[in-house]
Amino acid sequence: RRGAALAAAMESADGAARTLPSFGRLSRGPPFGRAHGRFGRSPGGRLLLPAPRSQENADPQITAFLLRKQWTLYSVTPMYRFSDAHLRDYARLLSAFIAAEKQKGLAVEIGVELDIKVAVSNIPDLKGSDQDQAAVLVQLSSRSSASQKNSEEKLIWSGWFCCVSGDDFSQNVPEDFTCLPLFLANGADCYTSIVGSWFQKTFDCCFRRLAISPLNLSWMAAMWTGCKVDKTASAVELVFSVPRLPQPLDISYAIHPEDAKALWATVHKTPGEITQEEVDVFMDCLYSHFHRHFKIHLSATKLVKVSTAIASAHCEGIIKFLQSQYLSGVLMLLTELAISQIQ
Amino acid sequence: MQRRQSSKTQKQPLQVHYKNQSDLSAWRKGGRTDPEKIVQNNQSPNDQKNGSKQDSFEQALSYFEKVQDHVSLKKNNVLQKHLTTVESIALQRGLPPEGFDVLLNVALSGKLADTVNTRLLKSLVPASVIPETSVVSSVSWLCVGKCSGNIQLLFLRWLITMFDFIDHKDQLRALYGFFFSFLQDEKMCPYVCHLLYLLTRRESVKPFRIRRLLDLQAKMGMQSHLQALLSLYKLFCPELVTITLPGKMKTYFKNSDGPWKAAINAVRQRNQKNSPVSQPLFLGTARPQSRKRKWNAQLIIPASSTNKNNLKEDKERNRVDLYGINESFPVEQLQTFPQLLQNICHLEFPSQMGSVLTNPLLLHYMNCIKDESIYLRLYYWMGQTLQEECTWCAADNNQYEEEFKDFLETVYKTECFLQEGFSSCEEFLYKSLPLWDGLCCRSQILRLVSWIPLSSFSEMKSHLYDPLAQLFFTSSLYFKCSVLESLKQLLQNWLNWHIINLDSESDSQFHSLNTTLSGLVNVVAELIHFVGWISTVALRLEHNPTFLLYFILDFYETVCDMYLRYNMPLLIMPPAGVFYPALLSMDSVSLNQLCYIMYRYRTNLVAAKENELTKKKILQFKFSSQTYQEYNQYIIAMVGCLWTSSAFQKDVHPQGLHMDDELLKKTTVQEFKTSFNIVYHPAMMGYAVLFLQQAWPDDTTFNFSLIKGKKWNWYLEYLYAQGLKGLKVFIESSINRVSQASRSKAGNVQV
Repeated sequence: RRGAALAAAMESADGAARTLPSFGRLSRGPPFGRAHGRFGRSPGGRLLLPAPRSQENADPQITAFLLRKQWTLYSVTPMYRFSDAHLRDYARLLSAFIAAEKQKGLAVEIGVELDIKVAVSNIPDLKGSDQDQAAVLVQLSSRSSASQKNSEEKLIWSGWFCCVSGDDFSQNVPEDFTCLPLFLANGADCYTSIVGSWFQKTFDCCFRRLAISPLNLSWMAAMWTGCKVDKTASAVELVFSVPRLPQPLDISYAIHPEDAKALWATVHKTPGEITQEEVDVFMDCLYSHFHRHFKIHLSATKLVKVSTAIASAHCEGIIKFLQSQYLSGVLMLLTELAISQIQ
Repeated sequence: MQRRQSSKTQKQPLQVHYKNQSDLSAWRKGGRTDPEKIVQNNQSPNDQKNGSKQDSFEQALSYFEKVQDHVSLKKNNVLQKHLTTVESIALQRGLPPEGFDVLLNVALSGKLADTVNTRLLKSLVPASVIPETSVVSSVSWLCVGKCSGNIQLLFLRWLITMFDFIDHKDQLRALYGFFFSFLQDEKMCPYVCHLLYLLTRRESVKPFRIRRLLDLQAKMGMQSHLQALLSLYKLFCPELVTITLPGKMKTYFKNSDGPWKAAINAVRQRNQKNSPVSQPLFLGTARPQSRKRKWNAQLIIPASSTNKNNLKEDKERNRVDLYGINESFPVEQLQTFPQLLQNICHLEFPSQMGSVLTNPLLLHYMNCIKDESIYLRLYYWMGQTLQEECTWCAADNNQYEEEFKDFLETVYKTECFLQEGFSSCEEFLYKSLPLWDGLCCRSQILRLVSWIPLSSFSEMKSHLYDPLAQLFFTSSLYFKCSVLESLKQLLQNWLNWHIINLDSESDSQFHSLNTTLSGLVNVVAELIHFVGWISTVALRLEHNPTFLLYFILDFYETVCDMYLRYNMPLLIMPPAGVFYPALLSMDSVSLNQLCYIMYRYRTNLVAAKENELTKKKILQFKFSSQTYQEYNQYIIAMVGCLWTSSAFQKDVHPQGLHMDDELLKKTTVQEFKTSFNIVYHPAMMGYAVLFLQQAWPDDTTFNFSLIKGKKWNWYLEYLYAQGLKGLKVFIESSINRVSQASRSKAGNVQV
C-alpha cells in the first residue's frame, strides 16, 4: 500500500513536462524519445476510445482467443535486432532454451522434437497505426508424451507483445530497435520467466511488471463507462481497499451501467476527448453518493480494481478484455502506460 | 609424465614452496587492503589477526607438503591444528590457486587416514580458480591407485562440481582416455560418465568408445548416465551412433554437487562484494544462483555473446566459416588487454549491454565505439533496473538495500571509468531524490549526483537543487558536508568536461561557441550561487563549525581557480555569509584556507585583467566590475583585520565589520583595533603564545605587544614554518610591504 501511495506521489512530482535546451552533452544517453519530457507524459487529456473498428480484417479466432482471459501486464523496453522475418527461428531457439532450462546443465539439441512446442507468430491486425509494429504472439503447448503419433497438443502458456498507437515513441527509436512496449502473459509464472529471460537475453530488452495506479484506474472507469455496448451490459464495479487495517478490507461498489453512463453524460463535456477534470468530477460524484449512504469516504481508500462491460483491470497489472470491438482502444491506453514506464 | 614423477617423489619441494610463498603473500596483500571484507567476516576484525591467520595457513600448507606416512589424527595435535586452519580458511574466503597442488597431492596419496583425506577434499573450495596442472597431477594419483575407493569417488564428485573453476581444460581433455578407462569400475561409472559428458567434444567421439559404451550398457542394463553420454555422442556424430535412445529423460545424472556448492556460493558472494568492477569474469558460467524473488531482476549480468549465428541458415554459416573473416571474437574469452587490442575489429558487444558494467575491458571497447545503439541499450536496461530496485521507491525492496547499494556503487565506478554520467542515472536521481530520506544508500546517491550532466538551470533547480536543499537543511552536519563534497565533485566534472570540449572544439565542427559557452557559464554560475546560499544558511544553522567550514572552503578552492585552471570565463566570490565566518574563525585551518583562496582569486583576477588589457584574445566574457569590487571589499577587510588593525574603520562591505568607535568603546574591550591581527586573532593567538615562549623563555607575562618590528618578521617566519602556507602566499602577494625591515602599512592591494 505504501508503494502505491509513493508511486502516486512520484507521479505528481513528475507532472510538469520539461523541455531540454540542447547543450553539449556531458552524458551519453538517448537523444531520442524525449518529446514528452523525460518522465513520460502526465495526461491532461486523452482521446476517447476510438469508435469500434470495423472487424473485417481482424482474425475473429485470434480476437476470441485474447478475450475473457486474465493477462498479466509487463512493459518491455525496445528490442534490439528483433526481426519479424525470423519468427520461426526464434521459436526453434526458444523451445531449445526452455528444454535447457528444464534440464539444467545438459546439452540440448536445437531443432529436435521436444516436450514443449513453441510457436511464434504475428498478429498482423493488432495495431493502431501503420507505424506500429505488428503484434507478436508466443504460444507454448505441451505434447502428451504417451502417444506421440496422434499428438494432442495442449496450450499451456501464451504471451503477446503489442504496440497500439505508440507512434511518438517508436518513431524516435533507431532502426535496430523494435518497439513492442506492452507484453501480456497468461499461464504459469515459470514459463513467463523462462520466455521473458530468453527475450531479455536475446534482444537486450528489459521486462517490468506494469502496475496500474489508482489514478489510471479511475481514468479507465470513466472512459469505459461512456462506451456503447450492444447487449445488456454488466454492472460497473469498483473495488476499493482500505489501507492500514490489521485485516484486509475490500469495499466493492457496483453501479448499474445505465446509471453510471447517465452520470458520465452529465460530467463529460469536451467533445472527442476526456480531461482529467472530468474524470475527477465523475469519481467525486460516485464518492459523495457512497458517502451519503454509508458515511465512508472512498477518497481515503485505494482504488484497486475496475470492471466494466469493456474490460476489467486490477491495480497489480492484470487485465481482462471483454469486448472485441474495444480491444484496440484498451490496448492503446495500456501501450501508453507501458511507454511511460520505460521512458 | 615427468612432472608427475617429480611431484610424487618430492624432489622439488623447496621450489614449490618458494613459489607458494611469493604467490601467497600477494594473495594476502589483496586480502589486507580490503577493510570491507574484514569487517564482513567478523572473525578477523583486524589486519593483524588476518595476517596471523594467513601465516598459519602457510604453515599448514608446508606441513601437508612434508607430512610423512600415516600420521594418526587423534594423537597428533599438529595435524589437527593444520587441518582446522585449512578448513576454516576454505570456508571463509576459499583457497588460493596455489594451495590446490599441495592439498590434492596429500589427499590422494593415501599417506593419511581417509577421515583426514575426506576433510581435506571437502575443504577444497576455490577463492578464484583451480590450476589445471594440480588437477592433472591428482588424476595421475588415481591411476596409481594409492587412495581408497571412497576417496576416488569423492575426488570425482569434487572435479565435476569444480569443473567450471578449472582455469584451462586442454590438458584435462588430453586425459579423456584415462577417464574413459575408469568406466569399468562399477561404482565410479556414473561419475566418470558425468565428467566425460563435461569433457566430450566432437573429436572425442570415436567408434571404439561407442562400442565400449554399448558393451557396458549391455552388461549393466539401461543406465541413465550411460545414455546421457551416448546421446551426447549421438548429438555430435549421429552417423556413428545408430541405436535409438529414449527421447526424454528427466535426469541423467544424480545431483553431485556434494558438500561444496553452498561453500562456493558463500565464498563467491563474500568476494564479489569487494570490487565489482575489477572482478574477473572467467567464472561467468558458474555464478551462484540468484536468490532474487523476481526472474527478471538480475543486477550483475555475465557477459555472453549474441547467439545470432544460430539464426543463419546452415549454408550461410558454412560460408562464413570458410572465409573466417567475419567471425567475431566471443566476449566470454576476452580476459586481457592485449586480447582486446588484437581482436578489437572482431569484437562484438555481449548480448546484454548491462554486463559491460563489471567488465573493464568492454568499457574500454565501449569508449572506442561511437554507436548510439550501445548507449541506448544500456540506457533502457539501467533505467529500468534502477527504478525496479530502488529501495525507497518500492515498498518491499528494503531487504535488498545492500544489493542495491552495490549496484549503485558499480554504476558510479563505471561513470568514473568512462568519465561521463549516464542519463538513465540522472533521470533516476531526478525521480527519486524528492522521495529520498537522505539516509538510504547515502554515499552512493550523493556520489552519483556528482555525475549529473549539465542541463538548464530551471531543470536543475526543480529536480536537483530544491529536493537537495530540503534534505540539506533538515539533516545532520555530516550530511551537509557530504552534499558539499559531492557538489564540488559535480562542479569539477562539469569544468573537466568543459575543458575537454574546449580542446576538441578547435578541431571539429562543434556547437557554436556562443550559445554553448554562455549557457555553460550560466549553469555553472547557478551551481556556485546555490552552494553559496546553502553554505550561508548551514553556517548559521550549525553555528560555524570548522568541519563544515572546511568543506565549504574546499568548494571555493575550485571556484577561485576556474579561470586559470579550467579556462572558464567566470569567477564568483563567496558570499559574505561564508567569507566573514571564515575570516573570524576560531581555527587557523579555516583562516589559512581562506588566505589561500583569496590569493588564488587575486591571481585569477589579475590574469583576467591582463588578458583583457593586452587583448590577446577577443574576450566574449568579461568579469563584471562587481566581481572586482567584491574582491576589493573583502581584501580591504582582510588586510584591515590581519595586518593593519583597522578592520572596524576600513571595512566597506555592507555586511562587513565596520563599526563606529563610539560603539566599540562601549564594549569596553581594551585594544579593539588589534584584536583581529595575526597576533591577537583567536585563530592565531595559540601561535603567538608559543612564539613568545620560544623568543622570551623567561617572560611569563605573555606580552603580545613585544611582537613588533624585527620580531614581527620573525613571527611571520615562525608562522610560515608552522605550515601556514596559505597565509604566506596571501601576505606575499596581497600586502605590499613598504620596507622589509619595518612593519608596513597595507599597500596597493587592489587589483
